[in-house]
Amino acid sequence: MKLQEFQSKRIFAQYGVPIPDGDVATTPAEARAIAERLGGGVVVKSQVLVGGRGKAGGIRLAKSPAEAETLAGRILGMDIKGLTVKKVLVDAAADLHKELYLGVVLDRGRRRVVMMVSSEGGVDIEEVAARMPEKIIQVAVDPCIGLKEYQTRDLAMGIGLSREQWAQFAVICRGLYEALMESDASLAEINPLVVQGDGTLLAVDGKMVLDDSALYRHPDLAAMRDEDEETPEERTARLHGLSYVKLDGQIGCMVNGAGLAMATMDITKFYGGAPANFLDIGGGAKADKVAAALRIILSDPNVKAVLFNIFGGITRCDEVARGILQALGEAPTSVPMVVRLVGTNDIEGRAILKEAKIATADTLMEAAQMAVVAARG
Amino acid sequence: MSILVNKNTRLVVQGITGHEGAFHTEQMIEYGTNVVAGVTPGKGGGWAVRNVPIFDTVREAMDATGADTSIIYVPARFAPDAILEAADAGVGLVVCITEGIPALDMLKVRAYLDRVGVRLIGPNCPGLITPGEAKVGIMPGHIHTRGSVGVVSRSGTLTYEVVYALTVRGIGQSTAVGIGGDPINGTDFVDVLRLFENDPETKQVVMIGEIGGVDEEKAAELISSHMTKPVTAFIAGQTAPPGKRMGHAGAIISGGMGTAADKIAALTSAGVRVARHPGEIAEMVAERLL
Repeated sequence: MKLQEFQSKRIFAQYGVPIPDGDVATTPAEARAIAERLGGGVVVKSQVLVGGRGKAGGIRLAKSPAEAETLAGRILGMDIKGLTVKKVLVDAAADLHKELYLGVVLDRGRRRVVMMVSSEGGVDIEEVAARMPEKIIQVAVDPCIGLKEYQTRDLAMGIGLSREQWAQFAVICRGLYEALMESDASLAEINPLVVQGDGTLLAVDGKMVLDDSALYRHPDLAAMRDEDEETPEERTARLHGLSYVKLDGQIGCMVNGAGLAMATMDITKFYGGAPANFLDIGGGAKADKVAAALRIILSDPNVKAVLFNIFGGITRCDEVARGILQALGEAPTSVPMVVRLVGTNDIEGRAILKEAKIATADTLMEAAQMAVVAARG
Repeated sequence: MSILVNKNTRLVVQGITGHEGAFHTEQMIEYGTNVVAGVTPGKGGGWAVRNVPIFDTVREAMDATGADTSIIYVPARFAPDAILEAADAGVGLVVCITEGIPALDMLKVRAYLDRVGVRLIGPNCPGLITPGEAKVGIMPGHIHTRGSVGVVSRSGTLTYEVVYALTVRGIGQSTAVGIGGDPINGTDFVDVLRLFENDPETKQVVMIGEIGGVDEEKAAELISSHMTKPVTAFIAGQTAPPGKRMGHAGAIISGGMGTAADKIAALTSAGVRVARHPGEIAEMVAERLL
């Protein structure tokens, strides 16, 4: 789960990271009131969960409260990469002298939390990593020891901060590291971390990605979920305990198991079709779950055929077949279905489906080819 | 021979009185696995399914029964504790089925296991099976058959799919290991490939990877420098879009890293035959047997 900029920065601030004074507005009048309170120049920033807000015109400087109101009026309701701006953050404008990057991330390959800093801030860090990898300085943190002072010094020296800045930089590094660890985040990032004219550092932008598996112990963070992060279908799926990702093909896929679901998409593509979605219904394949999944798949008007691929294993296939029929009874459709069932009692399961005039296949290859043909109509 | 588990394995089931634990204990015993003990704190002294004795702690279970391998079916919030308890008690191999353990918990658990030298399979995995000897996991036993192909995979049902296709063709498996779909796990492809390379019964290996992380790339390095046995691979997620988590916490293309294309390229240049879809895997393995 991703957090908005204002949410991320507020969390960072709780851990001692300096952020600009500011607040969130949902109307131009509120933006004006915040700008009046702040005095001086402000920056009006759209709060949407995509990169490239600046280029899209979603981040603008205002010299006066009146201008802040006008700009907020333009930015609110704006469409940025398919997302509608519903909130703006109005921050006191910073004195941008130099822009740095500071991030902390769970590095799977090294099995460490890694802190990274770069003198090339304010731009996409992946671009810096690709073009000038030497400009990114990293330290890996031992999970049993934590981030140590010497490591933050290594980072500070690596990007040429002056000795006078080391102490405040160490506070920011430690704060960001603790924010990640205590929020169960997989990423916490300040980009840019600004060096102001007087040499002080300020976290002007912030981003956090939280570990969904750990949200049970962070109800306060879970409540921050932005409904725009997922499509309505993805949200419905999550609430039903299904894992669904919408794609742009024509063949709806319903599969048990994430790896098999991906493989089913891949084989559909191999035979000339295009998957409409990723959907893992998990274990069991009970009728109510299958029905919910089917409704989600069919809510996509591009879907021209549905491919079920259920490797029953221990699950009984006759039960799965009855579940599919019950689900079709609850969510009737004229879209053609192809079902491939394997596992305990698979012959009985297929017989039940055949009786109901539903196409069945023995192998995944066969099923994928049948679905591709069915989708062509 | 085989790897990691066999007919001499003495298994303790942590979480044996839970719904999943009880069901799969019966399934494992039915398959022939030697389940010697169960652990549920607070229920020690009682008996679980099939008269398996219950203990309060893993240490007690080991002292009383000589258990040497543990399998964990406890909920995610208690699973890190269960893994560490097994490791501290001196179990040599811990298999954790549990899905949904927070990644930062696993980071600490893995660092600790590395220090004490205990091997963990999983979490979020189907477990492992040496056909005809021991099933330590939740996979359907009947689709497996004994033979000389080692199977290692990050997924569950996709592994069953591939194993079943092998069995249908009359090709048996030495051991099939599911290493799990989480970003931080206990045993990776490299570890299992090394074990298969050193196992005399294993003649060739099937490796089933997926998008996300760099495990497959590390495996490619090992294969090109240290493996003599042929490897056939498949990478799931060739059609997956970047930035979207495909079910498994670990299956995500992020920051341009972990794409199927990168992994396929790395494996191909290491001399691995990479199947274009899962149906091709058994065909490729069969060709190598000729």
